[in-house]
Amino acid sequence: MRLKCLLPVVIAGLAVAPASAQELTGTLKKIKETGQITLGYRDSSVPFSYLDGSQKPVGYAMDICHKIVDAVKADLKLDKLETRLNPVTSATRIPLIANGTVDLECGSTTNNADRQKQVGFTNTHFLTATRFVAKKASNVSKFEDLKGKTVVSTSGTTNIRQINEYNTEKKLGITILPAKDHAEAFLMVETGRAVAFVMDDVLLASLAAGSKDPGAYMISADALSKPEPYGIMLRKDDAPFKKVVDAATAAFYKSPEGKATYDKWFTKPIPPRDINLNLPMSEPLQKAFAQPSDSPDPAMY
Amino acid sequence: MNYNWNWGIFFDLSPEGTGTYADMLLSGLMWTIVTALCAWVIAFAIGSVVGVLRTLPSRAAQAVGNAYVELFRNVPLLVQMFLWFFVLPEVLPESWGTWLKQLPNAPFYTAVVCLGFFTASRVAEQVRAGIQALPRGQRMAGTALGLTTAQTYRYVLLPNAYRIILPPMTSEFLNNLKNTSVALTIGLLELTARARSMQEFSFQVFEAFTAATILYILINLVVVTVSGMLERRFAVPGR
Amino acid sequence: MFADFDFKVILNALPYLFLDGMTFTLTLTALAAVGGVVLGTLIAMMRLSGIPGLPQVAKIYVNFMRSLPLVLVIFWFYFLVPYIGQWLTGAERPIQVGAFSSSLITFTLFEAAYFSEIMRAGIQSIPKGQAAAASALGLTYWQSMGNVILPQAFRNMLPVLLTQTIVLFQDTSLVYVLSITDFLGAASKVAQRDGRLVEMYLFAAVVYFTICFIASLLVRRLQRRVAIIR
Repeated sequence: MRLKCLLPVVIAGLAVAPASAQELTGTLKKIKETGQITLGYRDSSVPFSYLDGSQKPVGYAMDICHKIVDAVKADLKLDKLETRLNPVTSATRIPLIANGTVDLECGSTTNNADRQKQVGFTNTHFLTATRFVAKKASNVSKFEDLKGKTVVSTSGTTNIRQINEYNTEKKLGITILPAKDHAEAFLMVETGRAVAFVMDDVLLASLAAGSKDPGAYMISADALSKPEPYGIMLRKDDAPFKKVVDAATAAFYKSPEGKATYDKWFTKPIPPRDINLNLPMSEPLQKAFAQPSDSPDPAMY
Repeated sequence: MNYNWNWGIFFDLSPEGTGTYADMLLSGLMWTIVTALCAWVIAFAIGSVVGVLRTLPSRAAQAVGNAYVELFRNVPLLVQMFLWFFVLPEVLPESWGTWLKQLPNAPFYTAVVCLGFFTASRVAEQVRAGIQALPRGQRMAGTALGLTTAQTYRYVLLPNAYRIILPPMTSEFLNNLKNTSVALTIGLLELTARARSMQEFSFQVFEAFTAATILYILINLVVVTVSGMLERRFAVPGR
Repeated sequence: MFADFDFKVILNALPYLFLDGMTFTLTLTALAAVGGVVLGTLIAMMRLSGIPGLPQVAKIYVNFMRSLPLVLVIFWFYFLVPYIGQWLTGAERPIQVGAFSSSLITFTLFEAAYFSEIMRAGIQSIPKGQAAAASALGLTYWQSMGNVILPQAFRNMLPVLLTQTIVLFQDTSLVYVLSITDFLGAASKVAQRDGRLVEMYLFAAVVYFTICFIASLLVRRLQRRVAIIR
């Protein structure tokens, strides 16, 4: 209902923003007025956004978000900018971005064309494909092997959608349980409630590495999707804010600091249990860091 | 409001390939109803036994009945769900645990058992209250007629008590029906869970939840109407 | 299977469980109970008032809330409250509402429907003659409610209100579905991080049981005292 009266403001903002930075709109205006910015974090998206030993949210995406906060603070010439943290799940993150509860979602959210109808994404910070993790003992190695079995995936993810579509297309009769978050989903595999957990491979690798018995798990070689981009999520149709965020992330990814932050989380021991994921930066991601892009198209990378 | 309404979404195909979003919600409704009915059977059976135990002359029987009610009433339902689903298979002998976990539709069976035991504690309260609300003379009359305790309950006390407690039992049944939604945390695809998946797949938050809300109100109306008919049918004459 | 039960996991998690988790749970319970009773009393008064329309509105509200599962209401409000805030204040964008405030609003509005039924019974338990006497003495509606009817209604209903508060305390565990760190949320986060779900969930059950059991014993004792005075 209010969209109609907002639209001219947004369009005016688009046109005027470069000329006069004084006329703030949308998220930037809100941040300036309240002196606060709210980051959405995840429970268990290791190593992007998760709770460390003292249950504080940390991770690669959190580091990127703190960089963005610094850039927003500088752009608005604020002396103080309070950062608030709000937990989100895969299922709640999009509505919570849309309804203004969080300003930036710092996690492992796949940037795709469908979601871009609802929310905005800044430059890609990771690329990952849909695979599954299973116990070696359960003797499943390919997606076809899951036929007639129970698998789990996290609700609200692109992965649960893909496995559903795959299941329908191939008529495999897989029972698909939705879990609240990645840790809960992994628990289902760990306790034998589900044979496999279908998710982005990087998250699966981190969860398996952090489990009680990392050697007991395997990750499928075949993937359900091409490597898809992850992006920090923000509200749609907020061009001035996106411009600041895009500029901040682009500068960060191109700088040596971007690579160093990546290495900190993917090639060195990380909290809470000092596990080293040993995932050096892939070539497509190196390219994406050299030429930052917010494209949702896997073919672009 | 910066939100794109799309009420036509219900007729779009869901990515699960089993039909439209409307079909998805209706299958959720079906699971909600089936789970509630199955759980109610357990709740009614155990609840009646426990309720009767609490009114028996035997101290030991009362203690067992009271312990049951206190145990199931003082732990949140969600915690009970987790205990049945995650903890029970781990503390059982390993082969039993494995068997339990590999049951097809495990979330459904777990939800039914968990809700059944939980609701039984509330049914027991009603049954006890119903029996105790009867004039003491009825029990005495039963004894005077030479009926055993079991016969007194079977032919005198329970038929009356159940009639009196029909209205509170209706509201317990409705609670039981609503409580099925807690089972979404263990993967039961009931109505609230389906509304949530529809929101995730289609991004139409408010349409999905509005539809679920309307469906819940409809089942409530149906249950209330049916129970009103039962109440008239079984009313104790003269009361 | 209890052989490898690890008490140290519980011990290490205690500060987090209680300082973060239980504090959230208790604060939410206390505030929502107070808000729910106040709002519930107002709804009960609306329902018993003779002003055309008001009783119907109150009745629809109560029956509506009571026919919905709490989990669904929690989702609804978490997503909807910012838009309601925007609509109420006429702001140009949705009002930002944090996880705690959102849960508080949800539980207050939801439990108010249940508290209002209790308060309605409480108000109706006061003989009509008292209201008539108050108005004969020249007290206004609000004076008679505030000084005569409600104090007695509250006292009569105190045990039931407290029992409902224990139910509310248990219900707050459902914010788990939003990944909010209440007591159960904290326990499940530790359980999942350390792979120690048997320990953590059993411990959570014991803690909830102990608190609720003791609280309901106290309520029963209170009930007997109130009954004797009457």
